[in-house]
Amino acid sequence: MIPYLARVLVKAVVTLFAIMTVTFIATRFSGNPIDTFLGEGLTTEGRQALIDYFQLDQSLWQQYLAFLRGALSGEFGLSFVDRRPVTEVVAERLWPSAQLLLASIGLTIAISLPLGVLAAVYRKSWIGSAVMVVAFAGYAVPAFVLAIGMILIFSYWLDWLPVVGSSTALHFIMPTIAMSGVLVAALTRFTRNAMLDVLGQDFIRTARAKGLGEMRVVLRHGLGNAAITVISVIGLQIAGLAAAGSVVIESIFSWPGIGQLLVNAAIIRDYPVLQFGVIAVAFAVVAINALTDIAYALADPRIRLGQN
Amino acid sequence: MTPLLSPPLLAVRDLHVTFGQTEAVRGLSFNLHHGETLALVGESGSGKSATALSILRLIEREGGRIAHGSIQLAGKHPSDITTLPAAALRALRGDRIAMIFQEPMTSLNPVMTIGAQLCETLALHRNLRGRPAREAARAALERVKIPEPDRLDQYPHELSGGLRQRVMIAMALICEPEILIADEPTTALDVTTQTEILLLIAGLQEETGMAVLFITHDLGVVSEIADRVVVMKDGTKVEEGRTAEIFSTPMAAYTQELVAATPRLGEGAPPPRTEVEPVLRVEGLTTVFGGAGLFSKGKTTAAVRNVSLTLGRGETLGLVGESGCGKSTLARSIMRLVEPIAGQVELLGCRIDGLSPNALKPHRAKMQMVFQDPYASLNPMMAIRNLVTEPAFLHGMVSRRHRRVMAASLLEKVGLPAEAVDRFPHQFSGGQRQRICIARALSVSPQIIVADEAVSALDVSNARRVTDLMARLQQQEGVAFLFISHDIAVVERVSHRIAVMYQGEIVETGPTAEVLRNPQHAYTKRLLSAVPRFDRLSLSAQQTDHSELRTVDSMPA
Repeated sequence: MIPYLARVLVKAVVTLFAIMTVTFIATRFSGNPIDTFLGEGLTTEGRQALIDYFQLDQSLWQQYLAFLRGALSGEFGLSFVDRRPVTEVVAERLWPSAQLLLASIGLTIAISLPLGVLAAVYRKSWIGSAVMVVAFAGYAVPAFVLAIGMILIFSYWLDWLPVVGSSTALHFIMPTIAMSGVLVAALTRFTRNAMLDVLGQDFIRTARAKGLGEMRVVLRHGLGNAAITVISVIGLQIAGLAAAGSVVIESIFSWPGIGQLLVNAAIIRDYPVLQFGVIAVAFAVVAINALTDIAYALADPRIRLGQN
Repeated sequence: MTPLLSPPLLAVRDLHVTFGQTEAVRGLSFNLHHGETLALVGESGSGKSATALSILRLIEREGGRIAHGSIQLAGKHPSDITTLPAAALRALRGDRIAMIFQEPMTSLNPVMTIGAQLCETLALHRNLRGRPAREAARAALERVKIPEPDRLDQYPHELSGGLRQRVMIAMALICEPEILIADEPTTALDVTTQTEILLLIAGLQEETGMAVLFITHDLGVVSEIADRVVVMKDGTKVEEGRTAEIFSTPMAAYTQELVAATPRLGEGAPPPRTEVEPVLRVEGLTTVFGGAGLFSKGKTTAAVRNVSLTLGRGETLGLVGESGCGKSTLARSIMRLVEPIAGQVELLGCRIDGLSPNALKPHRAKMQMVFQDPYASLNPMMAIRNLVTEPAFLHGMVSRRHRRVMAASLLEKVGLPAEAVDRFPHQFSGGQRQRICIARALSVSPQIIVADEAVSALDVSNARRVTDLMARLQQQEGVAFLFISHDIAVVERVSHRIAVMYQGEIVETGPTAEVLRNPQHAYTKRLLSAVPRFDRLSLSAQQTDHSELRTVDSMPA
């Protein structure tokens, strides 16, 4: 297990380094920062002072080293708008996003696993078909349609749920459901397929031949093996959500999260925030992937023990 | 030792099993007595596995249904299994009747430890948990003679196939069942491991007095283990009797056919060919695996070590050895499907080792391969006419317009109707598919065909037909075969010369008859002694007269 963990960590660090580098290059090539963020009305002296201050006359390589030095010591510069360190600006937006993400993942797993297992076990009866119809429907409805529909019903007509903000538990209900919709549909189908695969295997027959009850056969022997596939899908989904999936939902519900922050930063060209925001999201994605790899190894002894 | 006089432990009467519209078992009846081993013999599709699964009513989970008949279990709580409610049925499974399966590699749960899987049964039927359960599990592993029985915390993937089958047996016997159903338990194992497992089952049976229902297609195995035999064909019983009698004087035509088709060691090999020009010469071939990954520590294992061999025109060289000995890797290295790290391969006088893929391409047409699994080696989406002519088409030997005509003539060559060109692989049986694979290899008129376990997945009569076809093709077209198999009896029947492979090296080679009659290497001797031979049995067949116990059913129309 130790060599496996070491490998996972090395891969994560290498990926992060590559992302930092690409982010640096991408922002450098997006245009001259002086022109873009200060624009008109700058004297030649003022302009030169800024160029000196930001060391923009240095070679790209020197700038890159300065960027890496800053990154390693945790300095990613000041936001153009707030004049505060971008680390601070991004950090206070991370937690609300993470909360929403965790709530959605929790809801997704709580619904999808049982539904997927049911759909697999009762694949030939109406129960299985019903589950799959619901799953397909969920897959076909875009998150923003679901969100707007819920706002219309539960906030505008019934006036039960708040729309804007993240202060109370009630605030979580609609954004969480809106974000989970597509995920539930996808994960249910994956769970069903993984379970169908596993339930056809020889060791399931062995388990039944021992005299085990169906419940134990399906959950312990079936789901225990299907979990290997399901975990990797969940990992991919969480990573996908962390990367971009929450922007739309956060905008609709004015959720003070990182997705909304990044969209605003891009619109008003607050490059330091954008740059660090991208790095922070990338960091989250890489961390989630590393955790997925570890969970994968925990579920599958062949991975865990096969490396030694 | 007169188990037949006591009332049967298990009585199957007029059993009918259906899968949808098709009837897999049609009116089968037999008795199983205390302490006896009854072999259920037949080809694939004869309904023997369906019968085995019906006894535990697992057939319902495989999509089948017991349509008619009774399965009476005697003993303390006599019952008819066909009408038992689910809970009573579960109490029976694993406790009074246990089952082991063909595939030890896939029959154990890969994510649970051996210990957890053993203890599960104990908790269920004996209400044993914690330390006493672990003790009992350890004892069960000791009983099946697993070396270092401290394997409770290991996972199945850490054990070899033979060890896994031992674990399966330990698991089946942990509650001391009255009946053990063994469904082809040694088919996936090497001959040496097979012998060990058969001895183990026989020993445990003597110890516990359980009855064994042994399902197999291998008459050699039957002769080693069974007291009585039920021969099945197309879901019905064609003959039943004592093992020795079935072998010495098979009464039903089908049994006679089966006995005749079964390869026996010592039946004679084709004589070695003299002064043939070599078509393939391999010198010092070595192939290693591992060590290529970015993060792996460069640990390599040599699968093939310094192998040299020659193959003459129109000759068959049999390559034998147990699984994992490097036979297939050697074949793939010769074909350049994997890259050897050292050695020379000379094909028709041309060195092909080290050639670039493009330079190699014209040479590939001279050497073709037929694989073990006829189900997996044909693309299910392609029509037969395209499948069998694909190599020729890729090598530019046939135009698009003539593929159909070529396919028809190839099919006729391998004994299939020419009209079959428009069908798809799923419309053929395993034996027919293997013929299609051979037709595909023939499409480029190769000098050499490498047959990697090409008949291992087929039952005896189909295997016989395929090897006969190979012999005919060899005579007509002068094809040389590298015939790879773990089944020495089959190798003997087809090979002019034989090479024995052990742990990546060729330890012995020579004319087939000579090597088999007078083996030099210790491994060859061990391999030969492990082969089941039913000719030993037939000599003592007439010692006791049990003719009143024999029944012969007429062959189904």
